[in-house]
Amino acid sequence: MSLSTDDVAKVAVLARLRLSPDELQTFTGQLNSIVDFVAQLQEPDTTDVEPLAHGVEVRNVFRDDVRGPALPREAALSNAPKRNPDSFLVPAVLD
Amino acid sequence: MNNATAVSLLAQLNAGEVRSEDVVRRYLDRAESHKRLNVFVHLDPERALDQARAVDARRQAGQPVGALAGVPVAIKDLLCVEGEPTTCGSRMLRTFRPPYDATVITKLKEAGAILFGKTNMDEFAMGSSTENSAYGPTLNPWDEERIPGGSSGGSAAAVAADFAPVSLGSDTGGSIRQPAAVCGVVGLKPTYGRVSRYGLIAFASSLDQIGPFTHDLADAALLLKVISGHDDRDATSVDRAVPDYPATLDKTPGSLRIGVAREFFGEGLDPEVETAVREAIRIYQKAGAIIEDVSLPNSKYGVPAYYIVAPAECSSNLSRYDGTIFGHRAEDWSPKYPGEEDLHPLVRMMMASRAEGFGAEVKRRIMLGTFALSAGYADQYYNQALKVRRLIRNGFDEAFKKVDVILGPTSPSPAFKLGERTADPLAMYLSDIYTITANLAGIPGLSIPCGYTRSNLPIGLQLLAPAFAEENLLRTARVFERETDWHARRPGLS
Repeated sequence: MSLSTDDVAKVAVLARLRLSPDELQTFTGQLNSIVDFVAQLQEPDTTDVEPLAHGVEVRNVFRDDVRGPALPREAALSNAPKRNPDSFLVPAVLD
Repeated sequence: MNNATAVSLLAQLNAGEVRSEDVVRRYLDRAESHKRLNVFVHLDPERALDQARAVDARRQAGQPVGALAGVPVAIKDLLCVEGEPTTCGSRMLRTFRPPYDATVITKLKEAGAILFGKTNMDEFAMGSSTENSAYGPTLNPWDEERIPGGSSGGSAAAVAADFAPVSLGSDTGGSIRQPAAVCGVVGLKPTYGRVSRYGLIAFASSLDQIGPFTHDLADAALLLKVISGHDDRDATSVDRAVPDYPATLDKTPGSLRIGVAREFFGEGLDPEVETAVREAIRIYQKAGAIIEDVSLPNSKYGVPAYYIVAPAECSSNLSRYDGTIFGHRAEDWSPKYPGEEDLHPLVRMMMASRAEGFGAEVKRRIMLGTFALSAGYADQYYNQALKVRRLIRNGFDEAFKKVDVILGPTSPSPAFKLGERTADPLAMYLSDIYTITANLAGIPGLSIPCGYTRSNLPIGLQLLAPAFAEENLLRTARVFERETDWHARRPGLS
């Protein structure tokens, strides 16, 4: 298959990445060569093969639903790019 | 003190022959006088000296000290250290200071280790050369025109250049073993789940694992023992007793059946690397090993499966960098390119912040992963890659019925030149062709020096073992180390 610049532009919005027209051209070419390369994954017979998400199979770990210590507010806010004393600030979500 | 190991330093420290403060000063001086290698992203001399003085005081007062008391350990800059810069090689995290310690950092502190700076790396651990760092490439101490491998290139170079006796890195597709090989040091990737990933800045969560870089196996065994163990804060960490790796290291393995996988000697393998690895096989034979041919028929699909699975996981993990809670936020997100006028300002803020904060390789992988998981393509790409992943693991399971350890080259070539592969992502991806399958299967692997090219570049031997067989893996590697002195060779840094 082949990805067009339109396809790649759509993926870029899904991925929340602003791409310049130049980057869009470069990435379209590079992503197409990678997608061509991974096409060989269709070669082996995977009939009745279960997908493997972790090399070492892990089970769900449960713990009691009790409140433990949490990060203090000031520590949680300390790396915020924009904040007031209590909250993270972002561009207005509602008009 | 030159070219000391953690074990040799501990002997001197415990005997009262040196103080940790002197040890730290010596490493600080050496790192400072070779700053051009760009090994550290961040190294705060006062902080290292403070820790050293505290350990010295405890020792002098006769108080109990930990297993690494006073020993400097360089840390890959993706492990969170509370209040210390932790950039992950990215502009995105240029000013980030984590509010907590990674579990391995807590364990190092409890063991009395001196946290000795944060080492350079490919951005978000994506790369094989450390050239993807936002803070410039690290140079290989053996040849400063060459790459130190990646993504843990700074941690490998730190040990090779003797800026720290040992260091920690992380391995998602070979990011400990490949830099260890091309820098001439020992690098160990433990079994997935052996070491807690809590506080490791995530790249691909089903593949990432933390491990040590050292000059020799005694140090590797010591560090592995310190950092291993179950952790409630990592749901994938395995609740299993931690063996006393240093205590059993020198016992000859009860069974020494070594598999040579023909798939690891294919097209693209540098002839000098092949010669050194074939010589290693001969050395094992002389030491009484039974050498068996084994086959890993689906290993050729390792790189393509990885380049679906890892980007898919990274596209999800890196969605947290959106300019709101932490990390870089753009100053200006007004519409710039066609189509952006229709997007919500919040979306544009995120898109602009991520565009400025991430480098090209990170963007490429996020795009690839987003595509592979997108509606209509997930079955064809992501789910198919997970099925092939199972075939790859089944291949190892079959091979390990016949042999205890599988041997081969770590990297298909010695260190390549800076800039040689940056324009061609696929060529860079193939640097990990022999290491990547161990991450997909979750099994442990290590790289140990096994020779040098005619131009004096290190060559690494890779040994792979079944899940949780680190004890036997180390002991098998020790058989080789005892018979050779490659691990004692050092770069002639001026």
